[in-house]
Amino acid sequence: MRVSDTFPVRDGLFAIVEGGTPLLITGRCNDCARLHFPQQSTCPYCAATTVTQELLDGEASLWTWTSVLREPPGYRGPVPFGFGVVELEAGIRIVTRLTESDPRQLTAGMPMRLVVDDLHTDDEGRVVQTYAFAPVTDMGVPPDTDPPGADGEAG
Amino acid sequence: MSGGAGSYEVAVAGTGLHAFGRFEGTSVTDLGAAAVRAALLDAELAHSGFDAAFCASVYSGVAAAHKVLGSLGMTGMPIYTVEAGCASGGAALSLAVESIRSGRHDTVLVFGMEKMSAGIIRSSFFEPWREEAGLAATPAYFALRARRLMETSNVTREHLAEVSVKNHDNGVRNPDAMYREAVTREQVLASTMVCDPLTLFMLCSPNEGAAALVLRRASGAGGEIRLTAAEVRSHLPGSVLGEATPLAGLVDDSIPAPTTLAADAAYEAAGVGPGDLDVVECQDTDSARELLSYEELRLCPPGEAAAWIDARHTHLGGPLPVNPSGGLLSKGEPLGASALGQVVELTLQLRGAAGPRQVDGARVALGHTVGRGANAGVTILTR
Repeated sequence: MRVSDTFPVRDGLFAIVEGGTPLLITGRCNDCARLHFPQQSTCPYCAATTVTQELLDGEASLWTWTSVLREPPGYRGPVPFGFGVVELEAGIRIVTRLTESDPRQLTAGMPMRLVVDDLHTDDEGRVVQTYAFAPVTDMGVPPDTDPPGADGEAG
Repeated sequence: MSGGAGSYEVAVAGTGLHAFGRFEGTSVTDLGAAAVRAALLDAELAHSGFDAAFCASVYSGVAAAHKVLGSLGMTGMPIYTVEAGCASGGAALSLAVESIRSGRHDTVLVFGMEKMSAGIIRSSFFEPWREEAGLAATPAYFALRARRLMETSNVTREHLAEVSVKNHDNGVRNPDAMYREAVTREQVLASTMVCDPLTLFMLCSPNEGAAALVLRRASGAGGEIRLTAAEVRSHLPGSVLGEATPLAGLVDDSIPAPTTLAADAAYEAAGVGPGDLDVVECQDTDSARELLSYEELRLCPPGEAAAWIDARHTHLGGPLPVNPSGGLLSKGEPLGASALGQVVELTLQLRGAAGPRQVDGARVALGHTVGRGANAGVTILTR
C-alpha cells in the first residue's frame, strides 16, 4: 500500500471495499434493465430516470486492445500504457486502461480483472488513480511492473 | 422524383478546391475564400449569385462562414455554419440539398474549410478527466477497432498496409493531395508504430484545406451531375466502438453502425443499390476504417473486405475503385473540408475530368464520412 494520499481521477468510477478489492460503479436502469458506465441519473438507452447503482466485481475478458506510445493530449502519466475494451460478465463492455502495455502479451478473450492504477502525482502531491484492467495469470494479477518513479511520483 | 415529398431535384453546378496540405501564413478565411471563388467561377455564377450559404468547419471559431463570405463581399443571404466532427461537410451538404428540394432556394453555396496543426487532435469532446486518464487518444480508438476487425475476420496487418499503398498510389495522381509519393507495403509496415496495429502510414494527418460546391435546382438538361442523396445519421446507443466513443457499451454486435444507417437511407433516396456504384470515396482516417466502410456501406458482404483488397477490387482499374483521389491517407483530413472534397472528386469523376485517376465511364458515385458525435454522412451522385 502507498503511504501517499490517493485521489480518483473522477468520482464515481470505482469503489474500494474491505480488503482493498476494487469494484466498478455502474448504473442499471430500473426500466430496461440495461447497464451503463459511468453511472448517470438518466438511462442512456431508454431515457428512464430511475437508475440504481450496481457495483460490479471486475471479472472480465479482453475484447480488443492496443498500446499508447506517446502522451495523448492532457495526459501526464507514464507511457507506453495499455488501452482496450473488456467485456464484463454482467453484460457490458468498458473502455479502459490496461496494465499490460505490450500488445504481444495480450490475446482476445483472455481473463482480466479490475485493478486501481496510478496515473501521476498532482500539484498537491496526491497520487491520481484510475480504474484499469490487468491480465489474470495462473499467479493471479501480476504486481505493478512499472519501475519506481515511472508514474511521475518524483514530480 | 427522389427524396420524398414533392421535391425538386438537385444538380452540382460548380466545384472548387483549395489543395489539402499545410499553408503557413494563409488564414482559414483565405483557404475558404479560395475554394468559394473557384466554385463560383466553375458554376459561372455572378458575384453573390446564391440564395443561401452552408458552411462546414470544426475548429474555425465563431461565425467562420461569415468571415469567409464577408471577405468576398458576399453577404446578406442566410449563412449557416455547421459542425459535426469529421462528418461536418456531409451535414452542411444535407441541409443545403434539403433547402433546394423543398423549393425554398434555387441556388446555394456549400463550403468547408479547416486549419489544423499536426499530431493527435485535441478535442473538447473529451472531458478533462478522460484526458487525464489517457482515454482521449483518438488514434487509439481507431486501433481498438482495427484489432477487433483483425480478430473477427481474416484482415491482417498486410491488408491494412495494402489500403495505404493503394491510396498513396492514387494520391500520386492528385495534385491537390498532401502526400504524393508511392509507398510499399514494407514501408507502411516499417513506418513508426502509433497504436498497434496502426503505423504512421496507416493513419491520416489532420491538416488544412477547403472545398466548395454550388448546387442548384436541376434543369433536366442532359449531362447534369445530380446529387440524388445526402443523408446524415447519428449512432444508435449501445456500440462501444462506434465513433461516439462512449466509455461503455452493450454486449450486442447487431447494432447497425451510423454509416449503415446513412447508407441505407441514401440508397433508398437515390433509388440505387451498392451494386450500381462505379466509384466511391470513403472515410479512410485509418486503413481499417476503409475496410470497415466496405462492409458498413454494404459494398461487400460481411467478412469479405480482405478478399476484396487481395483481388484489387477497389484499386484503380478494379471493378469498384475506392478513394481514387488518394483518400484522406494521401490528402490529409481538414475536418470541415473532407466530405465536400470527396464530392468535388466524385463530380470530376462523373464529368470524366479526373485526369490520370479517372474511373472510366463512371455514372454513379458515393461519398462517405463518419466522425465524432457520432455522425455519418453518405452522398450519392449520378450522371
